[in-house]
Amino acid sequence: MNPSVTILELAVLALGLALLLIDLWTAAERKRFLGYGAAAALGLVLAYSFVRFGGGDPQYAFGGSYVMDGMALFFKRFFLLAAIIVLLISVEFSDRILAGVSEYYALIVFALSGMMFAASANDFTMLFVSVELVTVTFYVLTSFQRSRLPSLEAGIKYLILGALSTAFTIYGIALVFGTSGTMKFGELANLHGTLTGNNLFLAGLLLVVIGLGFKIAAFPVQIWAPDVYQGSPAPTAAFLAVGSKATGFVLLLRVLFSAVPEVTAQWTQLLIMMSAVTILYGNLCAIPQRNVKRLLGYSSIAHAGYLLLGIAAMAGNVRDTSVGGSAVLYYLTGYLFSVLAAFTVITLVLRRIEVEDISGLAGLGQGSPLLAAVMTLAMVSLAGIPPLAGFFGKFLLVKSALEQGSQNHAYYWLVGIAVAGVVISIWYYFGVIRAIYWSRDPVDLSPIAISLPIRLALYVCIAGMLLLGLFPNPMLDTTQKAAKALERVQATAIANH
Amino acid sequence: MLTAIICVPLLTAMVLALIPRNFRFLFRLGALTATFITMVLAGVIFWHFDAGLAGYQFETIRPWVNDLAIAYHVGVDGLNVGLLFMGAIVAFAATCVSWEIKTSGKGFYILLLLMIGGIFGAFASLDLFFFYFFHELALVPTFIMIGLWGRGANKNYAAFNLTLYLSLGALIALIGLIGIYLQMPAGERTFSIPRITEYFQSQPMALSAQRWIFPLLMFGFGILVALWPFHTWAPLGYSAAPTATAMLHAGVLKKFGLYGLIRVALPLMPDGAKHWFFVLGILCFGNIIHSGWVAMRQRDLNLLIGNSSVAHMGFVFLGIASFNLIGITGAVLVMVAHGFLAALSFGLSGYIHQQTGTLRMDDLGGLLHRLPFIGAALLMAALAGCGLPGFANFPGELLVLFGAWKGMPVMGFAIAAAWGALIIAALYMLRAVRNVLHGPMPDRWLLVPDATSWRKLPFALLLAALIGFGIFPRVLTERIKPSIETIVNAAVPNMQTVSR
Repeated sequence: MNPSVTILELAVLALGLALLLIDLWTAAERKRFLGYGAAAALGLVLAYSFVRFGGGDPQYAFGGSYVMDGMALFFKRFFLLAAIIVLLISVEFSDRILAGVSEYYALIVFALSGMMFAASANDFTMLFVSVELVTVTFYVLTSFQRSRLPSLEAGIKYLILGALSTAFTIYGIALVFGTSGTMKFGELANLHGTLTGNNLFLAGLLLVVIGLGFKIAAFPVQIWAPDVYQGSPAPTAAFLAVGSKATGFVLLLRVLFSAVPEVTAQWTQLLIMMSAVTILYGNLCAIPQRNVKRLLGYSSIAHAGYLLLGIAAMAGNVRDTSVGGSAVLYYLTGYLFSVLAAFTVITLVLRRIEVEDISGLAGLGQGSPLLAAVMTLAMVSLAGIPPLAGFFGKFLLVKSALEQGSQNHAYYWLVGIAVAGVVISIWYYFGVIRAIYWSRDPVDLSPIAISLPIRLALYVCIAGMLLLGLFPNPMLDTTQKAAKALERVQATAIANH
Repeated sequence: MLTAIICVPLLTAMVLALIPRNFRFLFRLGALTATFITMVLAGVIFWHFDAGLAGYQFETIRPWVNDLAIAYHVGVDGLNVGLLFMGAIVAFAATCVSWEIKTSGKGFYILLLLMIGGIFGAFASLDLFFFYFFHELALVPTFIMIGLWGRGANKNYAAFNLTLYLSLGALIALIGLIGIYLQMPAGERTFSIPRITEYFQSQPMALSAQRWIFPLLMFGFGILVALWPFHTWAPLGYSAAPTATAMLHAGVLKKFGLYGLIRVALPLMPDGAKHWFFVLGILCFGNIIHSGWVAMRQRDLNLLIGNSSVAHMGFVFLGIASFNLIGITGAVLVMVAHGFLAALSFGLSGYIHQQTGTLRMDDLGGLLHRLPFIGAALLMAALAGCGLPGFANFPGELLVLFGAWKGMPVMGFAIAAAWGALIIAALYMLRAVRNVLHGPMPDRWLLVPDATSWRKLPFALLLAALIGFGIFPRVLTERIKPSIETIVNAAVPNMQTVSR
């Protein structure tokens, strides 16, 4: 047991508690600025993560249920960056929160700590506890605008469906434990697929995958996403889209490829199907949407599908997952910058109008060229067109899937569906660009004031999208190192055999 | 030097983005300077290009993503040196005619320069990844330019139609390109076109792979060139686009797909090509006859030009499908000639639209009285479009027909159709000339002014190129031929005898 390994999480938790305390001594009109303080503090934690942790052997805590390896470190930094930008958006959003601004910030920070624990989960207990920490805080975050009916509706929907998925997960964990006698990923890997024929064990794993599928909004548990994105406050939706989805993916990666690679190899067709249906569902349903947040909700389903495509490609060759794994991580990083840029613009632009219709963006091209440009870049990046991050991510994902195609032709069909999905998505993403630059009746041409921190956040997002698209080398090195961690767990399992 | 051609427009675009939008004059000046510099540079490269040397010239290689063996690699051989020079002239001409843009010029010139940079990059790249990357770079600027500065009630539909078709084609081609990459053994995988070509010459690709990957490239690139029946985006998009965008897209960017077929698909997958060329032959028959037929029925000058340019693409496909030295050399010649021609036609129709506010041929008439220069230029463009000797199109189309006749006698009907199409082209071109330039002139056009001396410049430049290369096609063919020879010989060593 080495508690200092968890120093990052402890710092974040302490920050959350500190926010709640400082709130008591802060005047009401100054409370919103606590968000800047929180963001700055997280920035320090992020910087410290570079000082304290580097490469080297993985470190364990809590009796091996917590692991600090390349993958964990990558995702912790990912979540920290996401939370910093989300906090900055929240400050802009705070005038729409009636009471409890500091609590809103604190809940974001608590959710962040859950995500960071999830990044390090090395057994099912840690997985469950960290997921619950994230989900329960999100129950509150989604319904934070208490006076707004859609927000409450979003909260209820997320609560009921989230509870259902929790039930799936816990039941699945129980079955896995009952059949295998262990909770630890490492020990499961040591079983070397002796349980691949055990239907109860497989049913348990399937239930866990479905529970995690809820977090990433993948078919068949994607129904909640559009409603919740539409109803919940914009910063919450942004954090759901980036943080919560990435939590699901890091856990999925760990379960599928560290704990039970043999089962995953069996499930290739299932993963391909899941990915294909998710891509089609998200993209097709996004076509008629008029509400920007709802549109992004469906688009987030589609992106879950593309990411699942990478996971399906990894399943084709579970012994060498670094290529597919690094593609997934790269895509997630590009997605972070693009989606956060989009939500920042939405928060700023749709401040005055109650309806969040796409037409609300009309005239942005004349009124605020910077915001218009950022939104355009975000849409282009999400659509996956060069020279932005989304393109290189999609390129890596498609390449990793095609690589497996010679063994299993289903991958060719999957890539075909992904291409169809991308073409469909260009239709609705470019619809947003059209609304920005040449819709018929601009509502409001007045420029929108952009505060300095938000301007910085926008620049970070632009830089992220451009750098990941134009100079992929450094990030690719990082993601490859992180993805190697999965192989290491397998290697230890083989060594123990 | 090639890097400069790509970077000057892109860097100028970045610099212009930082200038406040009140300084309208600066944007136009900056764009004109940038495109003028690139035109001069491209001219120098074209002039100093040594046709006697094998391989690529003016090469630059910078590693970019080491793990995937992607490198920034530019260079020219006979195949793309002419296309780049043509592109540079058209880009300058397109910037010249952009005086018609009155609103938010800053955005327009930035997007135009981005598009131009993307075009040069696509044609200069010798790395599959960048080849694709630069082409897609031009997509978003095209979409926004059509939507924001385009004309007509249909522009929204046209912008989406064009963007969706082009993305679909590009993505299909991308799958094919990645497929080629994956056909190499894991250790030797690279995106570098010369090295891929070298590899597959020593170890030809498996036949089954060729038969799957070639159609991906053929249809993917085909959609980008408006291969029938995936051509509907082109006339619509061009008639809705602002003049400069239509000139650049129809003139230069559209040739990207053809260039890709000749550069990548033919030398790497000759057997796949033979397997599929019958289909291509039939589809290009559709291009030549069907689009020519449709062009005859058009009442709008731009739609007519758009459809006729789709029909011209059929000639290039025919030349490629003939798969011999003469046919493909002719195809490249037509690509260059058609670039000048399409840019000239759309530039002139843009001028007429700017002055009269309409392009409906029923409303126009007798304009030669008021527009002696523009009218004469339009007449010459129409004659060049019919394939009249003296213009660069003529030698190209002639070579294509010879090549096609030699290469695939089975496809006699397509070749016969191509001859017929020249007559159809003459019919609709001359009819358009009669409707627009001759006949009684409606009174409302009494005050339409002809182009002033500066505004004549872009048209004069394009006409000069068209006539110059028409009289001295050798300048082009002697550069093109050796490169095509290596491609054809590498692909089909026994084909050599046929082409002599």
